[in-house]
Amino acid sequence: MGLFKMPSLGADMEAGTLVEWMIAPGDVVAKGDTVAVVETQKGAIEIETFEAGTVGKLLVEVGETVPVGTPLAEIGDVSAPEAAPAPAPESAVALEPTQEVTAAPEAPPPTPKPTAAPTPASAGRHRASPAARKLAAETGVDLSGIKGTGPGGAVTSCDLEGAPKATPREAARASGIDFTEMRKAIGRAMARSKREIPHYYLKHQIDLQAASAWLEDYNGSQEPAGRLLMGALLVKAVALALKNFPDMNGFYEDDAFTPSVAIHCGVAVAVRGGGLIAPAVHDTDSLSLSDLMAAMRDLVARVRAGGLKGSELADPTITITSLGDRGVDEVYGVIHPPQVAIVGFGTVEERPLVVDGSLVAAPTVISTLAADHRVGDGRRGALFLRDIETLLQKPEAL
Amino acid sequence: MTSHMTHDALRRAFEEELLAIAPDASLDGVAEDADLRDALDLDSMDIMNLVIALHDRLGVDIPDKDAAQLVTIKGALDYLKGKS
Repeated sequence: MGLFKMPSLGADMEAGTLVEWMIAPGDVVAKGDTVAVVETQKGAIEIETFEAGTVGKLLVEVGETVPVGTPLAEIGDVSAPEAAPAPAPESAVALEPTQEVTAAPEAPPPTPKPTAAPTPASAGRHRASPAARKLAAETGVDLSGIKGTGPGGAVTSCDLEGAPKATPREAARASGIDFTEMRKAIGRAMARSKREIPHYYLKHQIDLQAASAWLEDYNGSQEPAGRLLMGALLVKAVALALKNFPDMNGFYEDDAFTPSVAIHCGVAVAVRGGGLIAPAVHDTDSLSLSDLMAAMRDLVARVRAGGLKGSELADPTITITSLGDRGVDEVYGVIHPPQVAIVGFGTVEERPLVVDGSLVAAPTVISTLAADHRVGDGRRGALFLRDIETLLQKPEAL
Repeated sequence: MTSHMTHDALRRAFEEELLAIAPDASLDGVAEDADLRDALDLDSMDIMNLVIALHDRLGVDIPDKDAAQLVTIKGALDYLKGKS
């Protein structure tokens, strides 16, 4: 029987707090089923299993904070010899739980149910924002009894409290994501990145006249729900360019770079009130623009309302950060290890541009690249940014 | 459409949709002419979702070029009343 362990959901995660089991001993799970909710500095994350089989013992109780790699549960073939659970790393005892521990009833021994119909691991799942989940745990409220008013019916902290709301940052700080811990985690990860990764930086201004005109025409024929943001075109262009530049897409681990066949662009999403999460849009290169837009909207909604999956945090093969319509001209990212590149886009706005020998005001964006010198040189990075520019000149082909 | 709605009803509808998009935010103390992107930490995706929500609820079509008029409470209410 295999061990389901506390996953690493990024270079900035050292430990997580189990806030909900979505399985019980005897349940049958398939690969990809969501089996637990773990609170990290990035909020409550739904964790999938990569083991299929029957759930054995649950080794960690709700409320416990344990380091990455700690066995959480036994999952697998119950007929196989039972592997002895590895002891939790010693540092587990040194970690302060981020919330009060409410001891769960002791899990009964595994009860194999070979003839029973598989129990969907996500049965009875209720969506809730990280803030609401935290508050519910602290106050002992059963989320299943609460009618959510958030996106997709998600329970928000206000549904629980019914109290006057504070500012976004105050509300989140009071009952949800711990911004202090998130900032510390981001700081640790970025310090590690700058210490270990020899970054090089490039910037390139991209003419968006064709993309803007196409977007205006496209959106003009769409109902609001079918419209696109320029961000979707930028992300798709990066994903397509990565097919020609696999040295920008992958992981540097154990002194070696391994390119990723899959292209999972991590899209940086600002957490309301502060902080940043960059979940993956899986197989970005294969999505149509409308599907990509829908995926981005879904990710943003789940960053805000809860429901991010562990694989979405662990899978990005590159990160894209954009400052949106109220940012500044340029953004230079810090690579999120073990990735090897981060692409930045500043604000899209009209700037002076020479077109056919004439000076015109044209919509442009300044793209930037921070990439890992252990994997390649600036020449490759320059070609990569140029390729993104070329792709954006034919938006209809994205 | 919005032609049959009172100012208060229109404001209530706008605020409800806004808070559905920013569920952990509050409009308490937000001035009518305050930029909601600053006050509620909204980004372009939030504004797009607001346009969609208002279209679904009120039946008003808000072209992309008009979305900037939704970034203050006063501007949004004036715009929505003008669409009646």
